[in-house]
Amino acid sequence: MRDNTSVGKTFLKVALFSLILGLLGGVFASFTYLFPDFLIEYEGLSRLRPIHVSYVMFWIIIGATGAIYVGMAEMARKSPLKNLARAQLAFLLIALLGIFYSYLVGDFGGREYWEFHPIWAIPIALSWTLFLVHFFYLSKAIKKWPVYVWMWMTGILFFLFIFLENYLWLFPYFRENFVTDMTIQWKVAGSIVGAMNQMTYGVAFYLMDKITKTDSVKVGSSKVAFALYFLGLFNLMFNWGHHIYPLPTESYVRYIGYAVSMTEWILFLRIIYYWKRDLNEIQTHYHYFPYRFLMASNFWVFVNLTIACLMSIPVLNMYVHGTHFIVAHSMGTTIGINSMILMAGMFMFFTPKTKGKTLPPSRSLKTVFWWVQITLFLLFMSLNIAGIIKGLWQMDEHQEPFSVMMQKLKPYFTIFVVSGVGLMIGFYYLIGTILKHSIKK
Amino acid sequence: MIFKPTKVFVTLCVLFITYTAILYLRPISVKHSEGIDLKKAAEGRLIFQKYNCQSCHQLYGLGGHLGPDLTNEYSRLEGNEAALRIYIRGGMKQMPKFELDLEEESALIEFLKSTDASGSADPRTFKTLFNGMTQQNER
Repeated sequence: MRDNTSVGKTFLKVALFSLILGLLGGVFASFTYLFPDFLIEYEGLSRLRPIHVSYVMFWIIIGATGAIYVGMAEMARKSPLKNLARAQLAFLLIALLGIFYSYLVGDFGGREYWEFHPIWAIPIALSWTLFLVHFFYLSKAIKKWPVYVWMWMTGILFFLFIFLENYLWLFPYFRENFVTDMTIQWKVAGSIVGAMNQMTYGVAFYLMDKITKTDSVKVGSSKVAFALYFLGLFNLMFNWGHHIYPLPTESYVRYIGYAVSMTEWILFLRIIYYWKRDLNEIQTHYHYFPYRFLMASNFWVFVNLTIACLMSIPVLNMYVHGTHFIVAHSMGTTIGINSMILMAGMFMFFTPKTKGKTLPPSRSLKTVFWWVQITLFLLFMSLNIAGIIKGLWQMDEHQEPFSVMMQKLKPYFTIFVVSGVGLMIGFYYLIGTILKHSIKK
Repeated sequence: MIFKPTKVFVTLCVLFITYTAILYLRPISVKHSEGIDLKKAAEGRLIFQKYNCQSCHQLYGLGGHLGPDLTNEYSRLEGNEAALRIYIRGGMKQMPKFELDLEEESALIEFLKSTDASGSADPRTFKTLFNGMTQQNER
């Protein structure tokens, strides 16, 4: 039987390599917090941080691309167009290699998260345009779109628009007014996360439908799922204002962000709650790791939802804005939610199946699963505590010098670095397992 | 379904495009630009990106976490441009030495002058409103 999912699986493998690089960059970058001279003659952090940030973003974007291809091919019951997919992949690989070169030689020029020379944005935009065309080609074969197809379409479409908007600073008109420029920069940064979430949460819903199997509990077609989707879209479009409360921008921008913020998480939890309640235990046993990774993402949604709701209140935001508390939140969401969902997909798509069952749980894999959750929790907590201490420092009337405050954070940075190394080892084990099975196939 | 997904999607997109167009066409806060060479400051913004200062430093609390926020660094040094040049050329602790040419240095300083003129990034100076919103005190 012809395998319609090979294109998607190729993108998933590229995503895993991007994660390998991103994790390594992150661990090396974190060393700067403990050893100030670490690679200083090589401009240490200014090169390592972008490698970490960009390549873990690519892990999520390319991972979601692969999962969407697999899902669309399975639903449409046809293969993606090979030449179009090859061209998309070629542009993507050119960008990934070019960006790595850009960082290695210190040829920067871009904005935060996209610090590489802007020239490398061109192959990304071309690759994404081909993905959009391809998506609509495959979607023609699906008559009634479940919610995750809507989410994927939204994520792909908005990612392209926002990615282009990300480069408006190239025009002096946008750059000359600093406050306008910063407003648009953080409109982009906030919305692009929304677009990435639409894609990965869509993957989560797709996997839930696959795991539950029975028609009676299909989450992808429920009214609640659509209500959630539209609330998510509404947030993608309008909630970014909560990133820039301290910026002296027009008050309506901040009030819109304040009002719209974070309501989507409540519905997201609700739908997962109902799905879990209805889930047949035998089927969860059939898909041991996909189910567990989705449950882990559920836990991290709860944790980050609580924090996000509090942080969206401006008077509380004032204490944590610009601190490691925000870093903890972004790591908690990208690793705890997006990466867990993608790992669920990886185990669902790559591990061998006998009579519909995915990989039987081995003791070592179960241990690594918990190792990843515990090291992530330690990393998350160390950053949160460091963030609270910095937050109190920045509100203190008799503020100590910045360097003294940073010195006080050193114990928490030590936990952050050690748990980061542990997390990387855990993920490498998972990646190794997935790649081993993908080669065997 | 009461609302057709396509209709809701298109309605939200129209609202989004309208909001985006308002932000593009009506530059926010053009005040506080007296005495600033806007073109030079815009060039300085590019220098800030070229040397990836954002990796360690923040502007209005947005950016890296290794070094201090630079929004009001200009006034913290009481407009002492020579001191700024010393930091850039000499580095400090984790901050490496940067070799900018004089033109780049002066554009970067003009940019920092413009961020300083735009407002205060120090949350201690913010005003809290009855509804939980915070805002800058007029300088």
